[in-house]
Amino acid sequence: MTTTKKQLHRIDLIFKNEDDCKEILRNALSRSDQEIVNEMVNSGLKGRGGAGFPTGLKWKLTAESKEKEKYVICNADEGEPGTFKDREILTRVPHKVLSGMAICAKIIGAQKGYIYLRGEYKFLVPDLKKELRKFHDILDELGLDFRVDIFLGSGAYICGEESALIESMEGKRGEPRNKPPFPSVKGFKGKPTVVNNVETLAHSYTILKFGAKKFRDLGVKDSRGSKVFSVSGDTPIPGIYELELGMTVQDFVDDFSDGDCKAVQVGGASGFLVPRKRFGKTTIGYQGKLTGISLPTGGSMMIFNSSRSMYNVLNNYLDFFEEESCGQCTPCRVGCQQLLKGIKAVKRGEKPTSYLNQLLKLTETMKLTAKCGLGQSVANSFSSIVENFREEMIY
Amino acid sequence: MSNMVNLTINGIAVSVEEDKTILEAAKELHIKIPTLCYHKDLCVAGNCRVCVVEQVGNHKLVASCATPVSEGMEINTNTLKVRNCRKHIIELLLTEHREECTKCYRNGHCELQELSAEYQITNQDFIDLVPDKNYTIDMLSPAIEKDDSKCIRCQRCVRTCAEIQSVGAIAVAHKGSEMKISTFFDRSLDEVVCTNCGQCIVHCPTGALTEKSYVEKVWDAIADPEAHVVVQTAPAVRVGLGEELGLGSGTRVTEKMVSALRRLGFDSVLDTNFTADLTIMEEGTELLTRLKRALVEDDPDVALPMATSCSPGWVKYIEHKYPEYLPNLSTCKSPQQMFGALAKTYYAKNIKVAPENIVSVSIMPCTAKKFEANRPEMKDSGYKDVDFVLTTRELAVMIRQAGIEFEKLNDESFDSIMGIGSGAGVIFGATGGVMEAALRTAYEIVTGREVPFDNLEITPVRGLEGVKEATVKIEGTVKEWDFLEGVELKCAVTNGLENAHQLMEAIKRGDKFYHFIEIMACPGGCLGGGGQPFPVDNEIRLKRMEAIYAEDRDLPIRKSHENPEIIQIYKEFLEKPLSHKSHKLLHTSYVKREQY
Ligand SMILES: Cc1cc2nc3c(=O)[nH]c(=O)nc-3n(C[C@H](O)[C@H](O)[C@H](O)COP(=O)(O)O)c2cc1C
Ligand code: SF4
Ligand code: SF4
Ligand code: SF4
Ligand code: SF4
Ligand code: FES
Repeated sequence: MTTTKKQLHRIDLIFKNEDDCKEILRNALSRSDQEIVNEMVNSGLKGRGGAGFPTGLKWKLTAESKEKEKYVICNADEGEPGTFKDREILTRVPHKVLSGMAICAKIIGAQKGYIYLRGEYKFLVPDLKKELRKFHDILDELGLDFRVDIFLGSGAYICGEESALIESMEGKRGEPRNKPPFPSVKGFKGKPTVVNNVETLAHSYTILKFGAKKFRDLGVKDSRGSKVFSVSGDTPIPGIYELELGMTVQDFVDDFSDGDCKAVQVGGASGFLVPRKRFGKTTIGYQGKLTGISLPTGGSMMIFNSSRSMYNVLNNYLDFFEEESCGQCTPCRVGCQQLLKGIKAVKRGEKPTSYLNQLLKLTETMKLTAKCGLGQSVANSFSSIVENFREEMIY
Repeated sequence: MSNMVNLTINGIAVSVEEDKTILEAAKELHIKIPTLCYHKDLCVAGNCRVCVVEQVGNHKLVASCATPVSEGMEINTNTLKVRNCRKHIIELLLTEHREECTKCYRNGHCELQELSAEYQITNQDFIDLVPDKNYTIDMLSPAIEKDDSKCIRCQRCVRTCAEIQSVGAIAVAHKGSEMKISTFFDRSLDEVVCTNCGQCIVHCPTGALTEKSYVEKVWDAIADPEAHVVVQTAPAVRVGLGEELGLGSGTRVTEKMVSALRRLGFDSVLDTNFTADLTIMEEGTELLTRLKRALVEDDPDVALPMATSCSPGWVKYIEHKYPEYLPNLSTCKSPQQMFGALAKTYYAKNIKVAPENIVSVSIMPCTAKKFEANRPEMKDSGYKDVDFVLTTRELAVMIRQAGIEFEKLNDESFDSIMGIGSGAGVIFGATGGVMEAALRTAYEIVTGREVPFDNLEITPVRGLEGVKEATVKIEGTVKEWDFLEGVELKCAVTNGLENAHQLMEAIKRGDKFYHFIEIMACPGGCLGGGGQPFPVDNEIRLKRMEAIYAEDRDLPIRKSHENPEIIQIYKEFLEKPLSHKSHKLLHTSYVKREQY
């Protein structure tokens, strides 16, 4: 096995533990807001939390609002099963995330930031608090009026969705809001708010340190830079890897599979299943003209070898959605129940195999009409699994 | 005026204010978009998704109730994509739903039923989810039933209870397939902070929330040859009933209602307006007595402001939420309960029927009155004072069942005694009415002159506004009340418990001081009560309100103390307001209840 390929894709930017955040911040504070926003926009960085919204643009839009009170929220809810990259980042390089928040705060004009930390990550709090004290001292020294607090999440997966996250921070039930207005216009306490994923914020630190070009040189069109992946499933080397975007699934499988891979689920439960026949044609990155598919959510890559039942895989995903849907909107709440019951009925022979087509139509409705990303993306795994492994659904 | 925005809907250009939603813009073009979770009274939820429409350039459909218009927007409300999705959504709702329209309380008045008829949902392709659900029906409350199997989880009730009523008795619990509308620890509505106001019922699109019906019990009583069945009708019923029977909102049907009740077989058709007038005598005197104790006797224990107590929803609310203010609540029973106590005493004696043979029925715009009639205190006649409480809607059911062509009925008038009411009594049905009626009488008692408002109409306390204030300066007092000379009587009126909450907080903080406050649990007062016809919104409330004030204007007697039957009852039975006998029959006490 040649190793050149691996070296091509593996990147070591995020976890390199540089202790220079004071310098980076001092430098950033000396530049104009406009300059930094341009740097962020030029880097091509897109959100690493799921929706893939261009980060520079998000900051710019929020900066444009004339409101005095604004907020920066670091989304560390990380609820996608099998992902723990944000936890790793917060454990190993928290200062990068905090620096990213501070720069964002300076640009948009926020005095207050929060880390919305997944309830299960409570054990990180003491270390994070220590880190925060150090960081606040640095901010004081640099004269930046900004403070970060930790908010412990309640445990529901849906609270990772930014508007549900904000609702939950406001003491309400974690239900996604109607959009528009987006958080950049009306977020926490009704004020303009940037919500960014942990990794996104850490990348912004890299961009400020090395410049947009270095980041942009990685990856392909529409999908720039590197990304942290949680690799799991049938692989001899599960774990967290920072990889360059733009590789094909084939490249990935060559590096990580146990040699008997029949499919890869890209992007976790809300993502897509890529079957072997499409490995070479599918690029891992954000949706765009170049890539075959989009890579939503937290960067989970799950490898399935030929011993796996794709019916069970889908069944597990649907179980997850049926339980984790917030339940407020019809297409998602009832749709998930129908899909779950539906594939079981087909498997047991209680419904004809053509019922699968009807369920596929239903997922289309869910995609078009569900209120938030959760319900909208159930179609991804459902249709990619059912269409590619139809026999496994029936027999 | 805000900026205008241009857009097209189904190819038709329209220009609307920028804060409008697509749904509202479509309404201006007379294009109907179906809705379920949307209600004019409430904040937008955007959760049912039946109102989705296509926006050119957006692959996803958008919820028209929740999406603001924007310049150049192109909307299509009736494409194949939209229709297919909507149909799917309705089908999905029906799979979670125990469809038994023919046996359902809301049959014929159900928004879900209407929508599935419109979309011709005749197939059932998806799997019926009901058998695997653990649906429960809460039937413990004497006022409200909650059947989760009929619920479409639109959260209209939750928003109503929180936004309009600031009670929060019901909330969303659990998530995913288990998500449901629940109460504190999933207790019965009878065991939580619920005020029985029924606002959740009138805002619910389906049969998931209904009043507890006593129609059959009343039919049984009417059929019982031993029973002498008296019926009293609340002021707001006469301006709502028509809506349930095919007439336009705000139609006054007092006389037709009387003849319908007679045809149903009630032995005596009487008027709650009579006890509304009696309430004014008792409550007005109570107020003046409190003022005297405060102003002349400097009694530090006298509780001011005095608050009205004729809305049992409000009474239960204060018992739960502001028990420290219970001494402020007038001790007067509601007109319904005064009537009940008199029906089995004064009335029984008068018509020479044994009280145990009297069945006392009331027709109310209200569900809280069902609860009130069942309060253990309400037995001062020695019997249950009011046996059965029916809502306006239930009366309409009886009228339809009896095959009465309501519109064709002749006009008839109430029986006597306890059948005469003044204009002051009828305005009890509108927010501000008790205040206005009380002022008409109290001012005259104190000064010997009519209240100084044109045609007795105290306009500052009228209307749908949340909190209304009025100050009445008392001048030229008669000797007995001269300690009130020059006093500016400060009054406030609210409707809807959220407004009551605001008012109570202002009083608690010391921001506001009043002598007398009128609080009605329902928006608009009783005319917008939880027992009134579906649907309801402010437009309809205003029409009912106009009708109430028109009734007042057209009545020969417009002040409670001039009602001849009131004069008579004090002469023959009660002696005077706050007498020993009135205390026993017409006044009550309250209990402190839990916060949740
Ligand atoms: C169901 C659901 C769950 C989500 N969970 C997370 C999460 O755990 N962490 C996260 O960063 N973003 C999550 N998101 C995405 C957020 O809504 C939001 O897009 C993101 O935090 C924005 O940050 P970014 O632009 O840096 O990616 C979730 C979205 C959905 C629809
Ligand atoms: S799509 Fe699902 S998770 Fe999102 S709002 Fe609707 S029910 Fe809740
Ligand atoms: S709630 Fe509506 S749809 Fe459901 S059974 Fe009753 S009438 Fe029929
Ligand atoms: S009880 Fe009625 S109003 Fe409440 S959520 Fe269910 S259907 Fe909607
Ligand atoms: S009756 Fe009134 S208080 Fe009770 S749940 Fe309904 S809206 Fe809330
Ligand atoms: S009416 Fe618009 S989503 Fe329910």
